[in-house]
Amino acid sequence: MKYVDEYRDPAAARALISAIARVARRDWTVMEVCGGQTHTLLKSGILQLLPAGITLVHGPGCPVCVTPLEQIDKALEIAARRQVIFCSFGDMLRVPGSAGSLFDAKAAGGDVRIVYSPLDAVNLARDNPRRQVVFFAVGFETTAPANAVAVEQAGRTGLRNFSILSAHVLVPPALEAILQSPGCRVQGFLAPGHVCAVTGLRDYERIAETYRVPIVVTGFEPVDLLDGIRLLVEQLERGSAAVENQYSRVVRTAGNPAAQDAVSRVFEICPRKWRGIGEIPASGLRLRAAYREFDAEVRFNLAATGVAEPPECISGLVLQGIRKPHECSAFGIRCTPETPMGAPMVSSEGACAAYYLYGRQ
Amino acid sequence: MCLAVPGLIVEVVEGSGPALRQAKVDFAGIRKQVSLAFTPEAGAGDWVMVHVGFALNTIDAREAGRIQELLRQLDDAAARLEPGTE
Ligand code: SF4
Repeated sequence: MKYVDEYRDPAAARALISAIARVARRDWTVMEVCGGQTHTLLKSGILQLLPAGITLVHGPGCPVCVTPLEQIDKALEIAARRQVIFCSFGDMLRVPGSAGSLFDAKAAGGDVRIVYSPLDAVNLARDNPRRQVVFFAVGFETTAPANAVAVEQAGRTGLRNFSILSAHVLVPPALEAILQSPGCRVQGFLAPGHVCAVTGLRDYERIAETYRVPIVVTGFEPVDLLDGIRLLVEQLERGSAAVENQYSRVVRTAGNPAAQDAVSRVFEICPRKWRGIGEIPASGLRLRAAYREFDAEVRFNLAATGVAEPPECISGLVLQGIRKPHECSAFGIRCTPETPMGAPMVSSEGACAAYYLYGRQ
Repeated sequence: MCLAVPGLIVEVVEGSGPALRQAKVDFAGIRKQVSLAFTPEAGAGDWVMVHVGFALNTIDAREAGRIQELLRQLDDAAARLEPGTE
């Protein structure tokens, strides 16, 4: 397929790997932020082919993995109600809450449905006026514009039976939290291409300057990732800390203004808890006051629960690149994709699941 | 989750207002309805990156061609370093 195959070409990958070997003189630790990138790196075997001195640590860019337990518990509580059709992207269904997952809620008779787009959930609300349709709005800046348009659409058409449970998170505050953490090993970032396609590069330029850390906005195919690593290592070797755009076929410097406008019409920035990491200030999105009636937490009057996460799960350290998945004592023993203990073992974009599926490194 | 897939716009279906502009998009033979709310400039024949039913951006063909140019340069650099091999 055009715009896919040429970025999976083994000859191109080999040329880039030897180019990286030519420029890398010292040891470097860099983080790929997005779980989709983690998945490609493990699936394609790139990690084994890189020069030994280049270490990739895997970032928090898996929305499934960072959605806090209490938000999953709220989803479960809503999904258990008889009048509710609970809609979610498929990868959220198996994430364990403190008592089971959405999949379990479905097995217990809850009407839980997988949708491909938030607009599908809006259409379900239109077609089922006697039911309450709730959409689990999970995701980064990439997904927020679509969810904003869905809420606007519901507002415009006067749907009174549509609401969202928001667990939206933002990437730049998480990068800053990682850089400020005392155990931080990260010397450069491969930034998430599709997030930047929406937001543009401005926040990343500020981070690169403030923390003196190079950042390369990178795509998701093997050749993109190798090209991104090459650019990052070149910067590290020459002591540069700039933002570069490897993914210029999709990402413009200013991002996508129409998508940004949709987000800021509907959402506002709020503090957000990240699973395993804790609360990060100004790292989430919630509905603006004008759209409060579409907020499922308001509609169903849900209070904060303050639940505790399983102590053995070190997902917080994994998601910050401080520990690798196989360093967790539960990895592959008490925690597997069939019986996940923490969210990074659930989604194929979670670092723990990727290590389990494609062999630990 | 931030997965996006390239597709070719086959036909634009004008809605009432830019937020409701939709297109039929071809993904290697599979056709789906996609919202063009964020890509008002996109039309039939354009390639777009699609995420959860929305075109995130158009794909810039000229920028996409750079990778081939880069690989040519890398080949030349490798040939200079290792004369006689490859
Ligand atoms: S292997 Fe399982 S328990 Fe350990 S950090 Fe990963 S998700 Fe948590």
